[in-house]
Amino acid sequence: MFDVIIIGGGPAGLAAAKKCYDEGLEKILIVERDTQLGGILNQCIHTGFGLGVFKEELSGPEFAHKYIEMLRDTRVEVMLDTMVLEINRDKEVTVINGNGYQKLQAKAIILAMGCRERSRGAIATPGSRGAGVYTAGAAQRYINIDGYMVGKRVVILGSGDIGLIMARRMTLEGAEVLACVEINPYSGGLPRNIVQCLNDFNIPLYLSHTITKIEGENRVERVTIAKVDEHFQPIEGTEIVFDCDTVLLSIGLIPENELSKVAGIELDKRTKGPIVYENMETSVEGIFACGNVVHVHDLADNVAMEAEKAAVGVCEYLKGRKSEGSVDVTTYEMIGYTVPQHIHLPLDKNKYDFFFRVRKIFGPSVIYVIDSEENVLARFNRQYIIPGTMEKITVPKVLLEKGKGNLKVLIEEK
Amino acid sequence: MYDVIIIGAGIVGCSTAYYLSQYDLKVAVLEACNDVSMGTTRANSAIIHAGYDPEPGTLMARHNVKGALMIRELCRRLDVPYKQCGALVVGFDDKDMETIQTLYERGLVNGVEFLKILNREETHDLEPQLSADIKGALLAPTSAIVSPWELALALMEVAVENGVELKLNNKVEAISKSDEVFTVRTSEGEYHGRYVVNAAGIYSDAIHEMIGQKEFTITKTKGEYYLLDKSEGRRVSHTIFQCPSKVGKGVLVSPTVHGNLIVGPNAEDSDNTDTTYEGLQFVRKTAVRSVPFISFGDNIRNFAGIRAKNDRGDFIVEESHSVPGFYNIAGIMSPGLSSAPSLALEAVDWLKGKMELHKKAEYKETRKKVRFNQLSAEEKNELIKKDPRYGRIICRCETVTEGEIVEAIHGVIPAVSIDAVKRRCNAGMGRCQGGFCGGKVAEILVRERGISPLDVLQNQRGTNILVRELKVK
Ligand SMILES: Cc1cc2nc3c(=O)[nH]c(=O)nc-3n(C[C@H](O)[C@H](O)[C@H](O)COP(=O)(O)OP(=O)(O)OC[C@H]3O[C@@H](n4cnc5c(N)ncnc54)[C@H](O)[C@@H]3O)c2cc1C
Ligand SMILES: Cc1cc2nc3c(=O)[nH]c(=O)nc-3n(C[C@H](O)[C@H](O)[C@H](O)COP(=O)(O)OP(=O)(O)OC[C@H]3O[C@@H](n4cnc5c(N)ncnc54)[C@H](O)[C@@H]3O)c2cc1C
Repeated sequence: MFDVIIIGGGPAGLAAAKKCYDEGLEKILIVERDTQLGGILNQCIHTGFGLGVFKEELSGPEFAHKYIEMLRDTRVEVMLDTMVLEINRDKEVTVINGNGYQKLQAKAIILAMGCRERSRGAIATPGSRGAGVYTAGAAQRYINIDGYMVGKRVVILGSGDIGLIMARRMTLEGAEVLACVEINPYSGGLPRNIVQCLNDFNIPLYLSHTITKIEGENRVERVTIAKVDEHFQPIEGTEIVFDCDTVLLSIGLIPENELSKVAGIELDKRTKGPIVYENMETSVEGIFACGNVVHVHDLADNVAMEAEKAAVGVCEYLKGRKSEGSVDVTTYEMIGYTVPQHIHLPLDKNKYDFFFRVRKIFGPSVIYVIDSEENVLARFNRQYIIPGTMEKITVPKVLLEKGKGNLKVLIEEK
Repeated sequence: MYDVIIIGAGIVGCSTAYYLSQYDLKVAVLEACNDVSMGTTRANSAIIHAGYDPEPGTLMARHNVKGALMIRELCRRLDVPYKQCGALVVGFDDKDMETIQTLYERGLVNGVEFLKILNREETHDLEPQLSADIKGALLAPTSAIVSPWELALALMEVAVENGVELKLNNKVEAISKSDEVFTVRTSEGEYHGRYVVNAAGIYSDAIHEMIGQKEFTITKTKGEYYLLDKSEGRRVSHTIFQCPSKVGKGVLVSPTVHGNLIVGPNAEDSDNTDTTYEGLQFVRKTAVRSVPFISFGDNIRNFAGIRAKNDRGDFIVEESHSVPGFYNIAGIMSPGLSSAPSLALEAVDWLKGKMELHKKAEYKETRKKVRFNQLSAEEKNELIKKDPRYGRIICRCETVTEGEIVEAIHGVIPAVSIDAVKRRCNAGMGRCQGGFCGGKVAEILVRERGISPLDVLQNQRGTNILVRELKVK
């Protein structure tokens, strides 16, 4: 019987394990399907990790390595090359590996499975279906892990961070990146990545554009892009044609929620990950979640901090913490979602973090937290908020305590 | 010297090879692509039609009804995914209801069993997700769904085990005949045979004209599809057709044997399998007439197949008028998949009129496949104990193990590409479409086949996924 089984050994799983250990849990197990720990970080050989947690700029593998080192001489057990196939409300974890197919029993579970990339089907890009179309993450793996180039002349669809990072990586390896094409009027990536990965290499970013056709029998030979109207429909007469042999898709990430679904964990339609409370507990008592499996993070550092919250949640749960109901955290259309979506009562933390993303670019604005009677409980000034960056506000308990009923997060441009 | 040369390894060529392999014959199958089922057989609606659609008295009517029964039995014997889910042809107005009455009567004449006309309530009781505008429907309980490429593969695998020689990567370029012997020249070499069966799908007219006179013409019309995630797979439980019109059987919505939802096709004259913006829009708009709440956001793949429409309006299953000994199974449009085994038996019967056929003393008729995710816990453990590779999940969406992938690569018809692996064991067929496992399958292909990563193919020749090594690794 394990105190906690952590599913996934990326930054979320590693940081959660470390914190569980520090908090004194005895039987901790990480189950990871890959042959090594580190998750997606293993293929992120660029720097830009660690400023939040370690106060130094690290590459992805270095960031992961720090955690792996910290866990080395602990009681934390690790099962590699092992896939979790199923979990249930009774905290049974079904795993499979070269030794067999078995059920493990835990008192609590932390979901840390990360997310997967959306593929071409999700946006139904028309055209031929030969080689040459890759998700950016798959291309990153071929290049950074296997050491092979996937193409020579590249168009990137979507301006998520992975696509941007890959624009730079492919260029440095001698490919020609002809364009980065984004259907929204703004980029989905971090501003620093737009500058360092596109602008510095003179790669044009076509906002409000999409690929309308991919041609080429055995391999991509040509793509057509077009400007889109406000309903994202291509506008005739705005087409631009690129001769290229590769299309990289960086069109978003979706939390890995197969296990959560089967376990009957309630999912949020907006994040596509589990709905969570302030302690990262899901709708099923004793099952917690953190990292990209909950919502897509820009920074591994934020993932690690969220994982620590989940770990603390598990420890309190195992000590028998009981809640007396909860309040909902709601929002309105210009804010895509919030995490957490609920807060346990009574309020027993000194402060409460709320994470969210906006749906358009905001100049100088005020973020409000209001209660069900529209009393303003807290307000935060911001100069600039963009969809590409996850936003965080922290509200002290003393302010939240004044509220009645459910909470709502709003934003208003000044 | 072969007794019979079959040109084309689609469902028709594979069925023909399967039945001929039971006889003491030397048979070769020449196929242009690097795998079987690379033509129309891999991209269609995958419906085993009940047989109410074709006009009574046509070859289509006869072979459809007979073929459908044969396929039910074949899928059982060959361990091929098949499900008799039934079909509904829905009507929106009185004119549609008249069409439905006609289809019902045709079905009775064609010998289709258990047909029934349903009123609105009965239809909605069966399929609550259907549009409120529906007036009624024809219910055809014997309509089924199948995995077409797995059926073709299974038929050919057994044929090969019985001694049929499958020559992949052999594109037929010229055919001649002298002294009662055909010489078929391909991109790879020459093959000699006494009889030729032409099963070259959309190119069957061109193949015939390599040696005979023009006896029929094929027009190619494309049909485009959406394939939706399993989360949409239960949207409907029957195959939902709209009333057929001049342009074809119209846009259908159907579960697939793999648990997905298929939506399509349209019909556009075209000889390539590219999907188009307009085509997909049409499919979408038409489909929601019958099933309004399909979530197209859960699409995982679009594809297109090409119909071999011929100018006679019926199957062409006959000896060439201009070339004795040359048998055409040509212009096999829908319901060609449903009819294929019956068409193949026609070819066997024809051959019986030409030469004496003797059954082999021993031949295989069945096939069994390991489908790891369908095994019980004990069976899984047993298999892993024998070979730990069955404990390594490579495709997480479909739960496919390394063991199954290795089996596919070393099977009777070895998988030589990532998509060939997919066709054999479903790896990469799920919601991430190989985004996660593609690279791992590539690695296994490299290891098992002893090839360079640069030679790993996505699908047909020329679809290499990697272009060069990094300069500094
Ligand atoms: C290309 C790219 C560039 C990035 N750049 C930066 C950057 O510059 N700076 C930065 O701070 N952040 C960056 N990030 C973000 C950061 O890497 C992620 O937010 C972080 O890795 C998410 O951590 P995670 O643990 O939630 O998920 P992951 O790292 O994805 O880990 C999930 C783990 O769970 C395992 N798993 C999943 N399902 C199962 C199962 N059923 N059984 C067993 N194991 C399972 C997976 O194998 C994986 O190891 C980048 C991300 C990408 C993809
Ligand atoms: C959109 C669409 C939907 C359909 N839906 C259904 C359905 O639901 N139910 C149904 O019953 N039927 C359906 N059909 C029809 C069915 O798919 C076809 O009738 C059937 O697949 C035809 O099989 P085939 O073996 O004749 O052709 P193919 O599968 O095309 O096989 C022909 C083979 O010949 C090879 N070949 C061609 N030229 C040469 C050459 N020169 N040298 C060597 N080899 C060559 C090709 O590579 C190919 O492998 C549909 C068809 C389409 C297009």
